[in-house]
Amino acid sequence: MKGLRIGKNWLYLPLIGMAVFYLLPMYVILVTGFKSFGEIDLKTMWNLPRGIALDNYIEAYSKLAPSLWNSFSMVIPAAIISSFLGSLNGFILAKWKFRGADFIFPFILFGMFIPYQSILIPLVQFMKAVGITGLAGLAMAHIIYGIPITTLTFRNYYASLPQELLEAAKIDGADMLGIYRYILLPISLPSFVVVLIWQFTSAWNDFLFAVVLTGNTDWPITVALNNMAGRGIISWNVQMAGSLLAALPTLLVYIFLGRYFLRGLLAGSLKG
Amino acid sequence: MIRDKDRILNLILISPSILAVLIFIYAFIGWSIRVSLSKWKGLTPDYTWNGLNNFTELFADPRFAVDVRNTLIFTGVFVAGSLLLGFFLAVMLDQGLRGEGFFRSLFLFPMAISYIVTGVVWRWLMNPAMGTRLSGLNLLFSYIGLDSLASAWHTTPRWGMAAIALAAIWQMSGYTMALYLAGLRAIPQELKEAAQIDGASELQIYRHIMLPLLAPVTLSALIILGHMSLKVFDLIVAIAGKQLELDVPAIYMWQATFDGLFYGRGAAIGILLLISVAALIIPYIRFTLKTEAQQ
Repeated sequence: MKGLRIGKNWLYLPLIGMAVFYLLPMYVILVTGFKSFGEIDLKTMWNLPRGIALDNYIEAYSKLAPSLWNSFSMVIPAAIISSFLGSLNGFILAKWKFRGADFIFPFILFGMFIPYQSILIPLVQFMKAVGITGLAGLAMAHIIYGIPITTLTFRNYYASLPQELLEAAKIDGADMLGIYRYILLPISLPSFVVVLIWQFTSAWNDFLFAVVLTGNTDWPITVALNNMAGRGIISWNVQMAGSLLAALPTLLVYIFLGRYFLRGLLAGSLKG
Repeated sequence: MIRDKDRILNLILISPSILAVLIFIYAFIGWSIRVSLSKWKGLTPDYTWNGLNNFTELFADPRFAVDVRNTLIFTGVFVAGSLLLGFFLAVMLDQGLRGEGFFRSLFLFPMAISYIVTGVVWRWLMNPAMGTRLSGLNLLFSYIGLDSLASAWHTTPRWGMAAIALAAIWQMSGYTMALYLAGLRAIPQELKEAAQIDGASELQIYRHIMLPLLAPVTLSALIILGHMSLKVFDLIVAIAGKQLELDVPAIYMWQATFDGLFYGRGAAIGILLLISVAALIIPYIRFTLKTEAQQ
């Protein structure tokens, strides 16, 4: 067995090659971000910076700061509320089956996959009609269209718990809210982390809802970055620094909580 | 066993979510279908009956033909590339090498980033300028003496979508890797050992034992990636803006509706997208729930 292991060391070659491929864009973002304005030239794009200059980040931050805060203020409540709804729905669908629960579930699931282009016109019209516009409307869209995936994740988790856990509590006289509050909620923390991360990431990274539901005073970061990059006025080095600012919150979540991120990812393909 | 009080409470607690899904998904789909059958053009809603005209116009529309061609190119390159690369990475990571966790995290991190960020960066990596203005990947190729690899990337006539699919592969292949890796780990080790004892080579084991056993994973990945390519939108917007040459249905829908105010046509594109996604996803959901019920 040991000989086999050594014989496999050549595998590091393709692995490192692939690692380089995945890191190339990050390399460009990082080195460009730290170059001074004087060093910026597309022809020396791959060269290391001569020192550490923060010009690009300062410039990008001054342009993007408002939209970064727009994103935070919209994404955090949206992630918390849709996770909580998902936990409640998952609990009811998994453990307190009412008539038709199994019938409803696939219809909720389908909502996870629909192309949002097929509901976009009614969504915009509806939000305008009820007067929920800007960031509040965007947060609401993320909460509602997040219900399918959050419900799925929690339902699968609660369904995996032994039924005896609930039966015992019922015999002790606990009602359903009591069971949820005192038995399931405390052990749901890992699932909450998975779902919160998932919702945070997808709402933070969303572009389609943001571009149709918000105007230029309440653009979240994706729309602001795309507009900054698309206009051709802001030079590419500032765009690179802006990209890092836009990616940093979800990247940090990934770096520190990657394990939970992966579980959300697998749940998203119904494989959780 | 379930008390009536709890039964009612259940329904009260779950009904807001069900109502929201009913309205925001199903009623809105119905509303979109109605718009797609109307003459609505301009800022004020107009529900004058137009039959299937919006659809027949689309099928005769050269722009929509470009969209279909582009979607096919994107889907082909993106799905094949992500499956192959994902499988290759998963097999390498399945060998019990040291540092496996590190590589796995590295291959997955693009999933945490938005398509917009990926697009903005890849647009500069895929800079098509030649000669003295060489930069991005083309410049990198020339550094290592592979000048012949220099490409016009997404500005290549007809095949530009393939370059955009490359950026999408960068973003999504880690996901396929994760699916395959989970699949590989679920295969009992005894199967592999038995084949080794029978004298099968490593390659034969993966080709004749693992790959067939992973067929369900391949099918799931195929469906998930396939439906993603039908919906592709932000990545193209960030790399290329709204260029006709790189148009896809999702961009056409957006432009027709919100720039051109052709609501009827926009809704028709949305409904066509929905139908094509449903054709992939509905059998998938049914199959998944059936296997789940059997377990």
